[in-house]
Amino acid sequence: MFTEAIEAILVDHCTPAAIRAIENGGSAAALWGALAESGFLELMASEEAGGAGLDLDAVFPIFVAMGRHAVPVPAAQRIAARALLGDVAPPQGLLTLAGHAQRAADGSIGAAHVAFGAIADHVLANLDGQLVLLDAARAQRTTTGIRGSLGASLRWTADAVGAPVGDNGAQVAVFSAALHAAALAGAMERLFAMTLGYCNDRVQFGKAIGKFQSIQHQLSVMAEHVACAGVAAELAFKAGEKIPPLLATATAKARTSASVPLVASTAHALHGAIGVTEEFDLQLYSRRLHEWRMADGSETYWNRIVGEALLGSATPSVLQFTMEEIL
Amino acid sequence: MSQLLEAFRLAQLPDAAEAFRAEVRDFLATNLAPAAPAVRARTWMGFDAAFSRRLAQRGWVGITLPAAYGGAGLDAFRRFVLVEEMLAAGAPVAAHWIADRQSGPLINKFGTEVQKDFYLPRICRGEAFFCIGMSEPNAGSDLASVRTRAARVDGGWRLTGRKIWTTNAQRSHYMIALVRTSGAPEDRHGGLSQLIVDLSLPGIQVRPIVDLTGDAHFSEVTFDDVFLQDDALIGDEGSGWMQVNAELAFERSGPERLYSSVVLLDTWLQSLRKSGFTPADAVLLGGFTTQLATLRSLSIAVTTKLARGESPVVEAALVKDIGTEFEQAIPAAIEAAVAADPARGVEVDADLHRTIAYLSQISPTFSLRGGTREILRGMIARGLGLR
Repeated sequence: MFTEAIEAILVDHCTPAAIRAIENGGSAAALWGALAESGFLELMASEEAGGAGLDLDAVFPIFVAMGRHAVPVPAAQRIAARALLGDVAPPQGLLTLAGHAQRAADGSIGAAHVAFGAIADHVLANLDGQLVLLDAARAQRTTTGIRGSLGASLRWTADAVGAPVGDNGAQVAVFSAALHAAALAGAMERLFAMTLGYCNDRVQFGKAIGKFQSIQHQLSVMAEHVACAGVAAELAFKAGEKIPPLLATATAKARTSASVPLVASTAHALHGAIGVTEEFDLQLYSRRLHEWRMADGSETYWNRIVGEALLGSATPSVLQFTMEEIL
Repeated sequence: MSQLLEAFRLAQLPDAAEAFRAEVRDFLATNLAPAAPAVRARTWMGFDAAFSRRLAQRGWVGITLPAAYGGAGLDAFRRFVLVEEMLAAGAPVAAHWIADRQSGPLINKFGTEVQKDFYLPRICRGEAFFCIGMSEPNAGSDLASVRTRAARVDGGWRLTGRKIWTTNAQRSHYMIALVRTSGAPEDRHGGLSQLIVDLSLPGIQVRPIVDLTGDAHFSEVTFDDVFLQDDALIGDEGSGWMQVNAELAFERSGPERLYSSVVLLDTWLQSLRKSGFTPADAVLLGGFTTQLATLRSLSIAVTTKLARGESPVVEAALVKDIGTEFEQAIPAAIEAAVAADPARGVEVDADLHRTIAYLSQISPTFSLRGGTREILRGMIARGLGLR
C-alpha cells in the first residue's frame, strides 16, 4: 500500500522530463517537497518521533521503486538516515550518505564519490566509525564531470566537523550499499520491461525482432540476471531489522552489481543506436546501473568481504556458511 | 514487470523444514561412509544401492509419495532440505534418485490403482530403481521425433526401437519410456505415450556407455519386439507428451541444479585455509558464495510454488539455466585459480586436483540433461510472451 502511494507520487513528480531537468542543474525542490510532504521520508522513524516505525522488509519495495523511477534526489538515503540517526532528528533539506569519509593529515575531512553530493544540503557520514552530520554548504565540492551525474567529492575543513551524533558510523557504508542494491534491482526491472516492450514493437525483416530466436535467448538470459538481482537485493532487507546486516548486504550489493554488465549491455544491444541517444529514456537507467555498480563498492569489494569472512570462519561448507550468515 | 519475474520474491523455508534438517544431518552422520572428494563430487551420479536402501529404511525414498504406499508424505520444502543436505554431503543418491524425483510422482499422478499398488511400495522400499527413456539416437532436444514404437497386439504391446543416454539403465529395474503408439514422427506430439518397461524382459539389450571420466552411468537400450502386458501403459494413450512435460517440471526445479559442484567448492575452501590464499582467491570464493545464496533463494521461490500445488515450469527452466551455469563456472574458475602461479608452493593437493578434473570433464552434461540451454531459453521466452 505504501508502494502504490509512493509510485503515484513518483509517476506525477518524477517524470523523465523532471529527471533530465534536475540532472541539468534545475531545482530539485518540487520533487523533494512532494516526497517530504507525503511523509515517506519518515517511514523508518519511530512512532514516538512521528514516523511509521517500519522495518527493512516493509520499506524494501520503496527502495526498489527509487531505482525503478531513477529518482534524482537522495530520498532513499534520507529514509535510511532516519534509521541510522535513531532519536536524533535529521536537519531539513536534501540529506545524503557517505560511507567512507576520511580525515587527512591536515585535519580536513574528505568524502569521495558521494551520491547526490552535488545537490545535497547535508551529509550523514561515517568518520572512523563515528556517525557525523556535515553541512554540505560548507564543503568544497568537486563534481564528477560526468554528464548527468549528481555525484561529487566533498572536502570540509577541520572546524566544519561537529561532535559525532552516534558511534554507529560503520552502518552508513552498509546501509548505503543496501539501498544501492535495491535501486539496482528496480532500475533493472525497468530496463528489462523497456527492452521486452521494444523487442515486441520493433519490426525488422517483416516481423517483430522478438520473434527471432537469437533475440529471445538474449532476453531469457537477461531475465535470469534480473531475477537474481531482485532476489539478492531483498536479502539485505530483513524483517524485524532496522539496519541491513553486513554479509547479507554484501551478497545483495555483490550480486546486483554483478548483473550490471550483462543487463545494461543486452538492453543497449537490443535497442540498437536509439538506445544511446539522449532523448530516449533508456539512458536514464543504464547510466545509473553503471554508477550504482561502483557506488559503495563493486562486486569485487563485497565478494572479498564475504570470501574473507568465510575463510576466517570454522564453517566446513559454503552452504552452511550461507545459511547461517547470509540468508 | 513481467509476470515471470514477479514469481521470484524472497521466500523462506518453513520452520518445520528447517527442523527436519537436523534429522537429515543425523542420518548422514551415521550412514554416509567417508569418501574422497572426487568420489563425493559424483553425488547424484553416484550409484550405491545399499545406501539407497538404508535411506528407504529411514522412510526417505518416495519422500513426497502418500504414506498409504509407504511414502514419507512430506512436502516440497522437506524434500528440498533432504536433497540439499545429501548433495552438499556428496551422498551417492543415483540409485533411487529418478524413482523418488520423477517416476514415483508420475505413477502416483497418472497411474491406475493396480499400478500404484505394485510400483509405489517397491520404490519406497528401495527395491525398484527407475530410469527414463526419452532420448534416442535421432531424438535429443527434438524429443517429439521419437521413433521407438509400441504396437497394439492381443493382450498388450510389442515394443521395438532404441533409447540412448539413458542414465543407469544397466542398473535399473524399470524404465518409463516415451514411445510412439500411433501416427508417425511427422505427427510430432500426437500419438506419443509412456510405457513402464520391466528391463528384465526378453528382447531387451542394455549397453553401458563409458564417459570421459571412466564412469559408465548412461547407456543405450535396444528393444527387439519386446512383449509388454496391457498395463504397461501409464496414463492415457496419446498423452505422453503432456505427461513428460509435467515430469520435467519435477526434474528441473530441484536444488540438484545448483549443487553439482559444491563438493569442489568446499574442498577448495579447506585447501585455501590450509595453504593460504590471495585476495583474488577470496574474491572468487566470496563470489561463489553470494551467487549460491542468490540461486538458492530463487530455487526456494520455485519450491514455494510447488508446495502450493502449482506447476512452475517456466520458473524452473529459468533456475535450471542459470543454476547449471553456476555449477559449470565453479570448476572452470577454480582450475584457473589453482594454477594461477605455477611457482607457488610445491605441496600438491591430489584430492583437490582430482575433484577439479572430474567436474571440469563432466560439467558439460549439467546443461544437457533435463533440457539443453537452448530448449530452456526457448521456454523462458515463451513465458515472457515472445513465442
